[in-house]
Amino acid sequence: MALQSLDIVRRSATTTRSPDIREASGGREVAKLIDTTKCIGCKACQVACMEWNDLRDEIGTNIGQYQNPHDLSANSWTLMRFAEVETPKADLEWLIRKDGCMHCADPGCLKACPAPGAIVQYANGIVDFQEENCIGCGYCIAGCPFDIPRISKKDHKVYKCTLCSDRVAVGLEPACIKACPTGALVFGTKDDMKRHAAERIVDLKSRGFEQAGLYDPAGVGGTHVMYVLHHADQPQLYSDLPADPQISRAVRFWKGASKPLALAVMGLTALAGFFHYIRVGPDETDASDEAAAREMAKTLEKAP
Amino acid sequence: MSVEVGPERRDAPSAEHRGMILRYTAGERTNHWLVAMSFVLAALSGLALFHPALFGLSGLFGGGPWTRILHPFIGLAMLFAFLPFALRVGAENRMQPRDWLWLRQYRDVVNNREDRLPEVGRYNAGQKLVFYAIVLCLTGLLLSGVVIWRAYFSLYFPVSIVRLAAVVHALCGLVLICTIIVHIYAAIWVKGSVAAMTRGRVTPGWAWKHHRAWFREIITRATSTRPRSD
Repeated sequence: MALQSLDIVRRSATTTRSPDIREASGGREVAKLIDTTKCIGCKACQVACMEWNDLRDEIGTNIGQYQNPHDLSANSWTLMRFAEVETPKADLEWLIRKDGCMHCADPGCLKACPAPGAIVQYANGIVDFQEENCIGCGYCIAGCPFDIPRISKKDHKVYKCTLCSDRVAVGLEPACIKACPTGALVFGTKDDMKRHAAERIVDLKSRGFEQAGLYDPAGVGGTHVMYVLHHADQPQLYSDLPADPQISRAVRFWKGASKPLALAVMGLTALAGFFHYIRVGPDETDASDEAAAREMAKTLEKAP
Repeated sequence: MSVEVGPERRDAPSAEHRGMILRYTAGERTNHWLVAMSFVLAALSGLALFHPALFGLSGLFGGGPWTRILHPFIGLAMLFAFLPFALRVGAENRMQPRDWLWLRQYRDVVNNREDRLPEVGRYNAGQKLVFYAIVLCLTGLLLSGVVIWRAYFSLYFPVSIVRLAAVVHALCGLVLICTIIVHIYAAIWVKGSVAAMTRGRVTPGWAWKHHRAWFREIITRATSTRPRSD
């Protein structure tokens, strides 16, 4: 608990309360706002992310598109996804979306994680992996509704965008924000970012984007990375951004009701055995059984 | 009367075994306990990964990452230990009409009123159900376990299948653990069972009381193979 701005409010695989008496961050949550309508796909954010986090991905191959690398990886925590979309008006739109961790208010990764404290959520809303506690099971990958965490082949730990929690802790904006040349990336309190987005949406609507809107999906309790989309009614146009992301029902059951239920069933089974022994008692054989056995054996031996 | 019916040569009857019936050969006992040991390790490491309250069990395996690394291999060990065992005892675990009757009279079973129950062969219906539960659970654990084995296989499956497999794995694990709790308790409850699986032999009275059809079969076989004295 060195930095008050990094006070932890939720911790993976922990059933007791986190130390949360302090009004850390003044109760304010932070958010990154990604305005896809301003993004020019320059990838400065990708480079800034590599620089700040000391990450170098493998050199890939060119498959005839701008997206590079092709996917997120343990070494690429953010990625511009390029989608060419034909609109009903037969226009071609190039929808570029900076992909990366959405920092959900209700994080599926944290819910799924079995290792205490390997995934934490700070009071400011950032969801962070603590790799030193990670056991490499990959449950977070199953838990995430956005397909974000990537497990490293090298150390079998999972990695993803930290929202530059180290920079934010000391009052700096995340590295990608710092590098963005068009103002497509902005960072501040979540309330401020929503206000800023609202202004942008008014502007976009006035310029013909009737369906412009904010992507802050309620299914995961809202996110601390939000998008301004020209087509907020069709988020899937943006390289399959999920329209209604939620922690899957299977994961919720697995990490919710099933845990206490299973322990209770196991405990009750053992208790049932114990009290059966106490009430009914053991099933023993005595001399009369041995005598009966001898009797039967004798009969059988006499039989032809 | 003499019931020296040990077909297994390595189990040559010693003085203390005189009059006892061989129920499990040394090979069967070894196999059983290999399954048992791998089960205990698989269950402990699995529970560590299942519930935060039990994560401390990972300390038995050298910490979280080691538990994650070892658990699937321990599971495979149990599977490979169980396979020959299942082949050995599978045929004698086929359900017969009298087994269903036995199950319907479960009240007599749990109240030690064996005199009212239909005759039992080498295995009773409860033991047979335990056998099938283990077969089904291990199959389910293997299939779902491969899918959630992140280090080697998970990347070949869509995430929806991985999520489902995690639930199936937990469920099969729960059923298996409960089955084994019942199995262990039954061994404590029915005196003489633990000796059967540790020393290999049971008394004629035990066989007569708990597995009468099997007892009759053994005596008949012993009688017909021995040169008659009269």
